[in-house]
Amino acid sequence: MSQITSSSLKTTPLIDIHKELKGKLVAFAGWKMPIQFQGVIQEHQCVRDGVGIFDVSHMGEIEIQGPSAKSLVQKLMTNDIDSIKDNQALYTLMCLENGGVVDDLLVHRFSEDHYFLCVNAANTEKDFQWILKSAGSFDVTIRNNSQETSQLALQGKHSEILLQKLCDVPLSEIRYYHFKKAKIHNFTGIIARTGYTGEDGFEIYLRGVDAAKVLRSIFEVGKEFNLQPIGLGARDTLRMEMGYALYGNEINEESKPFEAGLGWIIKLNKQDFIGKEALRKQKDAGNSRRLVGVRLLDRGVPRPHYRVLKNGGLVGELTSGTFSPSLNTGIGLCYVSPEYAEAGTKLGVEIRKLNVPAEVVKLPFLSTRVKKD
Amino acid sequence: MEVPQGLKYTQEHEWIRVDGKKAVIGISEFAQDQLGDIVFVELPEVGSQIDQGNPFGVVESVKTVSDLYAPAGGKVISVNKALETSPEKINNAPYEEGWIVEIELSNEKELESLLDADAYNEQCKNEME
Repeated sequence: MSQITSSSLKTTPLIDIHKELKGKLVAFAGWKMPIQFQGVIQEHQCVRDGVGIFDVSHMGEIEIQGPSAKSLVQKLMTNDIDSIKDNQALYTLMCLENGGVVDDLLVHRFSEDHYFLCVNAANTEKDFQWILKSAGSFDVTIRNNSQETSQLALQGKHSEILLQKLCDVPLSEIRYYHFKKAKIHNFTGIIARTGYTGEDGFEIYLRGVDAAKVLRSIFEVGKEFNLQPIGLGARDTLRMEMGYALYGNEINEESKPFEAGLGWIIKLNKQDFIGKEALRKQKDAGNSRRLVGVRLLDRGVPRPHYRVLKNGGLVGELTSGTFSPSLNTGIGLCYVSPEYAEAGTKLGVEIRKLNVPAEVVKLPFLSTRVKKD
Repeated sequence: MEVPQGLKYTQEHEWIRVDGKKAVIGISEFAQDQLGDIVFVELPEVGSQIDQGNPFGVVESVKTVSDLYAPAGGKVISVNKALETSPEKINNAPYEEGWIVEIELSNEKELESLLDADAYNEQCKNEME
């Protein structure tokens, strides 16, 4: 229980509101962020049952604009940028030549020659440099807007009706993985129907200078929906129940995306992109491991790096692990050899030298309620 | 943050309530608040010996794992079994239903090294800074 005293941490424009709301602030990816307000379990249930709002301003925003923007984005990304139209978003990987993952991110298309990327906080600078380096002679402007951009995530089934009270565009027309420029409480922003919780909801991009006013107005209209602020603690339990990969845990520059179950965002039939040859070889060679969900059959809380056993022998290590508030049990993610990847396979998770019984479950742990078409 | 008088405290945020040769141990209001939602408690065996300053169990919240350190040594005479199914009792009532173990003290002199309520309160305030 140590306190973070480092003053070199970056803060979002919403830090004063977090303090007013008695948020517990911790260091995360170089930022001072609220890990919890009322309590992780209660916040988690609030998002699953109603609606909650997260400050995710630590996430990075990178803009790519110019005549060659589409070819550059296509070259950088494993997913097919031709598959999206204006005002649409796409989940994709950005890979190294050797197939290792630079980052997982969202590409938003304003127009054929104008895109913005939402990237992981810890990778923002690395991604920006990688894109600059890869851009070479492409006719584009690349901007890192992360400092002056704030992001809110409004998640849960009441998100649309709540946000509609502040918005000048009909939100029902924004479909899953689509976005629109809009005015929110008279401030211009971008509203995307995306999220990291498995619930319906929106990710809202704003100018940092407007963010506090917008957040206060959202809390004001949110009263009738019992809207609560949600910290990064619940963000992690929510994403883990959905089996969503977290960069740094499930994927990194050494991991193989097909093993992580991310083959669906790798389009080997599209034109050349960075990492294509290496990824094709990985796919042809087949998976030596697969990322699976593991659920404890007894009491205990699995954590990252805990050993996973089969008949007492080591078969893997958890990449993520937590207590699942929805299932009231311990859950984790782990790479195992395909012979142990079948749902129902009995494994053990070693918790303080004790082999706690567990089994492989099909992901997600909980079915998603996002608003798919 | 509630710090009841009459109890003794450790720097690691355990409390001990002494009644003759027997004593009940738990964690403080400050500790449960810092940990957040407690979802698992590992209790020692009844009859086992615990030693002052050494870990005798574990509490886990959603986010972290924390060892429990014995404020004083002794033989465990009972454990709060209710915590196995309702670990949140520690969050809700850390000094009452959220007690963790009861021991028979080996050496009452060990209690002299512990903090009283005022000293412990002071320590919590410093940690909040």
